[in-house]
Amino acid sequence: MKKTIILSILFLFVLVSAHAQEANQVEMADGLYANGKIYVVAIVAAIVITILTAYVILIDRKVTKLEEKINQK
Amino acid sequence: MDSFYKNKIARAWWWKIIAIVCLVYTCYYGFIGEVPAMVVLHETIRNLYFHVTMWMAMMLLMLINAIYSIKYLSSLNRYHDIVAEESGKMAMVFAAAGLITGMVWANYTWGAPWTNDPQLNGTAATILMYAAYFILRNAIPDENKKAKIASVYAIFAFVMMFVFIMVIPKMYNSLHPGKGGNPGFNKYDLDSNMRMVFYPAVIGWCLLGTWLMSLKVRIRRIKEVTEEN
Repeated sequence: MKKTIILSILFLFVLVSAHAQEANQVEMADGLYANGKIYVVAIVAAIVITILTAYVILIDRKVTKLEEKINQK
Repeated sequence: MDSFYKNKIARAWWWKIIAIVCLVYTCYYGFIGEVPAMVVLHETIRNLYFHVTMWMAMMLLMLINAIYSIKYLSSLNRYHDIVAEESGKMAMVFAAAGLITGMVWANYTWGAPWTNDPQLNGTAATILMYAAYFILRNAIPDENKKAKIASVYAIFAFVMMFVFIMVIPKMYNSLHPGKGGNPGFNKYDLDSNMRMVFYPAVIGWCLLGTWLMSLKVRIRRIKEVTEEN
């Protein structure tokens, strides 16, 4: 009886550890996400796209002004 | 002169604001959002928001190119030909971006920037086909003849683009994620977290491409009017 309990606990332990290993099999950037530094990259990327689109807005406004100038002639 | 005001959508701001909001959202949540852990892909699954969307924008611009080519053939309005040409050019910009980002990714994932994958060869054939479109345009000096022949070719090229990048790669085994049994973002894998970023990303990049194209068209119109006087 004692033997079966020990064996079944051992079996359970192996099963759980195998399952835990399976869950962590795929390597992801968990460390980067855990210490929060990924936010820096995300904010930098968001700033880059904001500046680029702001530049496109400026070009758009210049084109609109030119169109109005030609239309007034 | 009235042609500047004829196309009101190009001068409207609402869709440009949607584009900016979607792009900023993508560039933030593209890194923060949760993604499924998958073998081979790892964190590069986030390229879905930046690399795959380039091709989406390219396909939308090629669709505009085909639509305005058909419109030109039925109306013979020069403005339609200008839109077709500029959308074709902007499609090439997005194709270059998609190709370069894809090569960077492939270098780290497959070990080589270029493989003989049917998807890669299909996109290369598409780019060459649209390069031929511009060569054809520049080879014909007569403006009307150029626009007509190029429009007919553009319709043909659009159909072949679908064959090259949507049909043929599905008939063969591809290394690409989601194809040929590779882990990827097909309907079983693309979870709701990724959809929340992917769809705004597609909308944002497509609208940005259309915006840049509309600006180029408007500049072309200004040039034409000022050169006439």
